[in-house]
Amino acid sequence: MAAADILTLKPAGLYCAAGDFFIDPLRPVPRALITHAHSDHARAGHGHVLATAETLAIMAIRYGENFAGATQAVRYGEALTISGVEVGFFPAGHVLGSAQIRLVQGRARIVVSGDYKREPDPTCPTFEPLACDTFISEATFGLPVFRNADAAGEIGKLLASQKLFPERTHLVGAYPLGKAQRIIALLRQAGYDRPVYIHGALEKITAYYQRAGIALGDVRMAAGAGALPGEIVLCPPGAINDLWSRHFAEPRAAFASGWMRVRAHARQRGIELPLVISDHADWDGLCATVEETQCSTLLVTHGEPDALVHCFRQRGLEAAPLHILGYGDEEAETPTETDA
Amino acid sequence: MNRFAALLDSLAYEPSRLGKLRLMTGYFRAVGDPDRGFALAALTGTLSFRHAKPALVRTLIYERIDPVLFDLSYDFVGDLSETVALLWPGDHDKSGSHTPRLAEVIATLDAASKLELPGVLARLLDALDETGRWALLKLITGALRVGVSARLAKQAVAELGGYDANAIEDLWHGLAPPYLDLFAWLEGREPRPRPHDSAPFCPAMLAHALTERELEDLAPADFCAEWKWDGIRVQAAVGIGEGGKIIRLYSRTGEEISAAFPDLTEMLARVPHARFSLDGELLILRTGRVQSFGVLQQRLNRKQVTAALLADFPAHIRAYDLLGLEGEDLRALPFAERRRKLEAFVAAAGVERLDLSPQVAFASWDFLAAARRDPAAAGAGADAAAIEGVMLKRRDSIYVPGRPKGLWYKWKRDPFAVDAVLMYAQRGHGKRSSFYSDFTFGLWRAGNDGDELVPVGKAYFGFTDDELRLLDRYVRNHTTNRFGPVREVTHMPDEGLVLEIAFEGVNHSSRHKSGVAMRFPRISRIRWDKPAREADRLETLERLIAD
Ligand SMILES: [Zn+2]
Ligand SMILES: [Zn+2]
Repeated sequence: MAAADILTLKPAGLYCAAGDFFIDPLRPVPRALITHAHSDHARAGHGHVLATAETLAIMAIRYGENFAGATQAVRYGEALTISGVEVGFFPAGHVLGSAQIRLVQGRARIVVSGDYKREPDPTCPTFEPLACDTFISEATFGLPVFRNADAAGEIGKLLASQKLFPERTHLVGAYPLGKAQRIIALLRQAGYDRPVYIHGALEKITAYYQRAGIALGDVRMAAGAGALPGEIVLCPPGAINDLWSRHFAEPRAAFASGWMRVRAHARQRGIELPLVISDHADWDGLCATVEETQCSTLLVTHGEPDALVHCFRQRGLEAAPLHILGYGDEEAETPTETDA
Repeated sequence: MNRFAALLDSLAYEPSRLGKLRLMTGYFRAVGDPDRGFALAALTGTLSFRHAKPALVRTLIYERIDPVLFDLSYDFVGDLSETVALLWPGDHDKSGSHTPRLAEVIATLDAASKLELPGVLARLLDALDETGRWALLKLITGALRVGVSARLAKQAVAELGGYDANAIEDLWHGLAPPYLDLFAWLEGREPRPRPHDSAPFCPAMLAHALTERELEDLAPADFCAEWKWDGIRVQAAVGIGEGGKIIRLYSRTGEEISAAFPDLTEMLARVPHARFSLDGELLILRTGRVQSFGVLQQRLNRKQVTAALLADFPAHIRAYDLLGLEGEDLRALPFAERRRKLEAFVAAAGVERLDLSPQVAFASWDFLAAARRDPAAAGAGADAAAIEGVMLKRRDSIYVPGRPKGLWYKWKRDPFAVDAVLMYAQRGHGKRSSFYSDFTFGLWRAGNDGDELVPVGKAYFGFTDDELRLLDRYVRNHTTNRFGPVREVTHMPDEGLVLEIAFEGVNHSSRHKSGVAMRFPRISRIRWDKPAREADRLETLERLIAD
């Protein structure tokens, strides 16, 4: 049985007919398997949702307890069968609870990567490469210009800037789910022991990470804490140039994102201190991962699929872009939580 | 090279003018000779080594990276130097190897012959890290674009000695990289270098755009008016050097363009004055009539100055200010007095290719507004097509470099406007490379199967950042086709986006499918409200063609 028979593309997203479920559907469906809780993958209103306990918990924080008719938690590596299709969730290393989903039917194995990265991350388990026939990979940063810098080195830049401008508040734009908590954890790994301040939009998810056992040290709300000269304040990217930022002492605008690799992206947003820290695989990570899966067919979603498709066609794979309209990248759009 | 690359890198991210000044002054203070002098030369665009064409840079990278991957990357990044710097292979540990200094890099490039250049450039790129490669490529392709004008760089270096940029400007044309004498003076180690250029560039005085509201507060009697010509602003400077007369033609920014206009330098040589400096408009005149900017553009586009070019596109200077005469600096005199001296100067010169920009007499702003609307009726006659408005200059204004407030105003003619339909969009370059910001628009005309849209132009600006975001989203949500970096956007009678396009004029064009080319088109309004079928027709544009 070919992979195409297991998964097809419908307007609502990737659909498995044999199991009658969707993966990361874009609109409400009766049954959904969800890779991770970023809003472009995890939407509210499905009949039944299967995901990791962490993903379900974060969805409940974002959308309210009744975000789905029914939910079912799955552990990494747990074997499940849905109408004859074997289903497994495996760490994707993207954010807390993020998973790749593997489907096996007969002899065909297909892996949907969700979003993933290969670098170690103190806030979530590391990506596990899975052997498969068809690999559906994201390619948010699917161009050879994207090479993630060493995250510790980027944190070093932030700390150096803090030393250089001890009178200025360092506002660090970071996505509220995953990136913000990873930055705090990286600061702690670098030995930074002052309080880290956060924007209100980061509060609930950060508290959830702490409850889940991720050590983040002394995290405080920026609201009501004054102008915070010399301190590090994390906020959603959209808040950097918001009215909100004017409370602070000569704020210095930093942004932690893979996009910071390209100058134009930093300049466009008025960023003075770009930090290349990404929760997505960079070009080398994408290429290595495709190799490791030993797949014969590669389908590419998200972002910039063309380069990866070109590259692996040359290496003899069947490769094609998979245009799923509506999958943005959680990093490209300014999250709506900014106003929270 | 590392310090210089780091300077460029931080300048590129620094949004404020003050911050940029501080970064540059800090650099000039911290870095020694001769590197800082070469850095100053790079920032002011006065380095003279052989520039590499973008094509050479592409050839080098194509030899090292899969061209398909390079092209996709370049389309995304939008900047050739940055793309190549990011993709150049072998960014391994460079700690042991020698990183060349800026002065070395420049000496190496200076010494390289055209044939050697590719090899030399490749070896330099191998020796540098990512930021260093980026800076080198910016330098060698002659496009630093870090948001620093030559003026700002001079300001920064002037601050070493607590001076103003004008103090540097007065000396500038007598100095050469690496400016050892300049730095020595600024740091108080040596006396001020003597300006030995007797035909220097005087930094130009610029006008503010006038709004009608401001007009209410201005008294007509305080101002002189003249036509605003649609040519290029030039400064002609003549002086005496060791080898005889020095004749220079400068652009508005002080770039020397004499070589492209032998017809003008020959004219300037015949003026019976040994030393003078005048400000005027460079125009093309045919049988006494000023030609449109489109005609001037054709001459400016030609690299080779041939006899045929000189005959077909005779250049001319229409003078409007006299800045110096026989060693006397006239810039501190009131405009009205300079004008009298200019009139006498032009009359006495008695040469072809040089005349006086006439003044427009007026008693009220209403009268002047009418003249601006219809220059032909107000005395400009057949030259009216080359007039883009009027200039107002305070009678008592001295000649101040830069754009001083309240002295000179430009009051442009209202632009033309049509409603067009968005047809294609392309990602911008540089700062806007992640946005669809280059828009091709079209007008209706009769086709074989009813009305069809024909593309008539492209616009890259006119919109605010917020509007750009909306346009970008519109393009992404209404894409019907993709051709590489270009997206085709829905453009049907019942579905399509109407853009109000403002422009300065229309010319015939055989290169455009529509047969017309618009001048300086920009998006003046997004007509979210207007159905595509109600957009304008090509005939509207054709009627506006000025011959
Ligand atoms: Zn994600
Ligand atoms: Zn995603």
